[in-house]
Amino acid sequence: MTGATPTAARSAIAPRTIIAAMFFGAMGLLPVAVTALGDPFLVVVLTRMIILALAALSLDLILGHGALVSFGHAAFVGIGAYAVVILAQAGITDIAVQVLAAIVVAAVFGLITGLIVLRTRGVYFIMITLAFGQMAYFFFVSLSAYGGDDGISMRGRSTLFGRDWLENDMALFYLALAVLLGGYVLATALVGSRFGRVISGTRENPVRMQAMGFRPFGYQLVAYVIAGCMAAVAGVLLANQTEFVSPAFMSWQRSGELIVMVVLGGLGTLIGPIFGAVAVLLLEEVLSPFSSHWRIGLGVVLILVVFASPGGLAGMLRRLTGRGA
Amino acid sequence: MINLFILQVLNGFQLGILLFLVAAGLTLIFGIMDFINIAHGMLYMVGAYLLATFAGLTGSFWFGLLIAMPVAILFGLLLEFLIFRRLYDRSHLDQVLATFGLTMILSEGVQAIWGSAPLSVQMPAILSGSVRLLGIIQYPVYRIAVLVVGLLVALGLYLLISRTRMGMLLRAGASNRPMVSALGVNVGRLFTLVFAFGAMLAGFAGALVAPVLSVDPGMGESVLILTFVVIVIGGIGSVKGAFIAAILVGLVDTLGRTFGPIWLQMVMDPSAASQTGRTLAPMLVYILMAVVLSIRPTGLFGRRIS
Repeated sequence: MTGATPTAARSAIAPRTIIAAMFFGAMGLLPVAVTALGDPFLVVVLTRMIILALAALSLDLILGHGALVSFGHAAFVGIGAYAVVILAQAGITDIAVQVLAAIVVAAVFGLITGLIVLRTRGVYFIMITLAFGQMAYFFFVSLSAYGGDDGISMRGRSTLFGRDWLENDMALFYLALAVLLGGYVLATALVGSRFGRVISGTRENPVRMQAMGFRPFGYQLVAYVIAGCMAAVAGVLLANQTEFVSPAFMSWQRSGELIVMVVLGGLGTLIGPIFGAVAVLLLEEVLSPFSSHWRIGLGVVLILVVFASPGGLAGMLRRLTGRGA
Repeated sequence: MINLFILQVLNGFQLGILLFLVAAGLTLIFGIMDFINIAHGMLYMVGAYLLATFAGLTGSFWFGLLIAMPVAILFGLLLEFLIFRRLYDRSHLDQVLATFGLTMILSEGVQAIWGSAPLSVQMPAILSGSVRLLGIIQYPVYRIAVLVVGLLVALGLYLLISRTRMGMLLRAGASNRPMVSALGVNVGRLFTLVFAFGAMLAGFAGALVAPVLSVDPGMGESVLILTFVVIVIGGIGSVKGAFIAAILVGLVDTLGRTFGPIWLQMVMDPSAASQTGRTLAPMLVYILMAVVLSIRPTGLFGRRIS
């Protein structure tokens, strides 16, 4: 769990911003390119990448910067997804209202669980976040009005300003991309702020932070809640992309996959987890045509990455380019 | 009502015993090696599949068990040699990731080899049928056997840890690993031994339930999470804590599912009670864990951390 030291982070800001600009620029052009190539289905895949990248980015805020290994982050994604379905069933299809509801519910859930989980450390933290994720999972399994275990299909996507623009895959893609860009800017600002310094300072040395007069608990709680709210927004988008919601969205395997994306991309780099999400979904796209058991491949890749490369893809790149980790 | 209660208490004990068999290895591995093995519960599933395969091949539950157990141990040793050994001095996060990858490989691998349809295992003839207990309830002989065998294993484990030289080393390793190593104990070999032992216990638990539950690819995951709950409630590294927590979790889960809706009916109208009961019952063990951890952040028998 070694993070970049503050000085290294400062000197790395410029290249990281360039990489981010290149990523968002390329992503903005890709749908046009794939449609021109005559494979519009790829837009759907790209949208999934963008949405899961947002979820991974939100996890990086607490996992990368706070070293809080949350194994229940998918619960927030699920809360966002169910906010869409439950409101749509009640006749409210406006995405702004749905996002607001998702954020409020996620904030309340994050606040209550955060008060308990942040009292624990290390392995206990991992396990209790896992437990709360499972609680959320079983709660939604028991909601038989919304399909229970099987989940529920949506009659249509959310509306934007009263219009059904989002039925267009392209429109949904650009909305997701804009949200991801907003999330990235927000996360970068947060990490660079005094608030973010307290969070990473606590990761490095909690005792020293306390000696300096900070109470890390409150800062960590706020970061935990913010990360949860961002993941819930990703959930709202995910429900719209699949037009189907089920408790499987928040199973512990999904939480594990989010951790995989963050670590694969590079802990605490913000842009890294975005690439991590893209890499995991690419792997799925490449492997799944060969066998329905493609997760074996993902598992093998995961073990090999851990063996070969502390620091994930970002660490591997750093070593290849000869810059010290 | 009282019959049902006794029946469910017995079932709860049985679930608790099985959870303990899986959790005992896990908590030792955690406590002694400071190693998070997400994949440990998968060995339970592997044990059940091995038994189903060998019992099918030999036509006998007992021969199946006789072959499946050494194979489960060998499998545990193989995993230790190939994967875990390289992870001991890595961060918890790396360990979580690599063993999470391993759960994917094992759960998909089992489906690739045996298919996703459940397998069934013939119950041994001697242990089939049921007996009358306390003159009021009929209980299957096999389930009683599982309870007795599980309790015997727990007793054996207690004696091993508290009365033997190896147990002494395990306890010493759990409280101060560098010191044990400095005193000339081969810690690497101790680790391998604990792994083989843990794999055997988890595999044995899987083999035990194979005749009563269906052997399917989802069985590992359901137990995996519950054993985490058990070792966290009990306090990581404490076998005694794991035993008490396992029985507690087994009872709470089993009784909650059966009696939750019934008890709620005393305070609510029936339809609301049944919905609330169905919602709350699967969450009960996690609520229990949250309550325990919010009062004692290192579990019931965990060491205090500064």
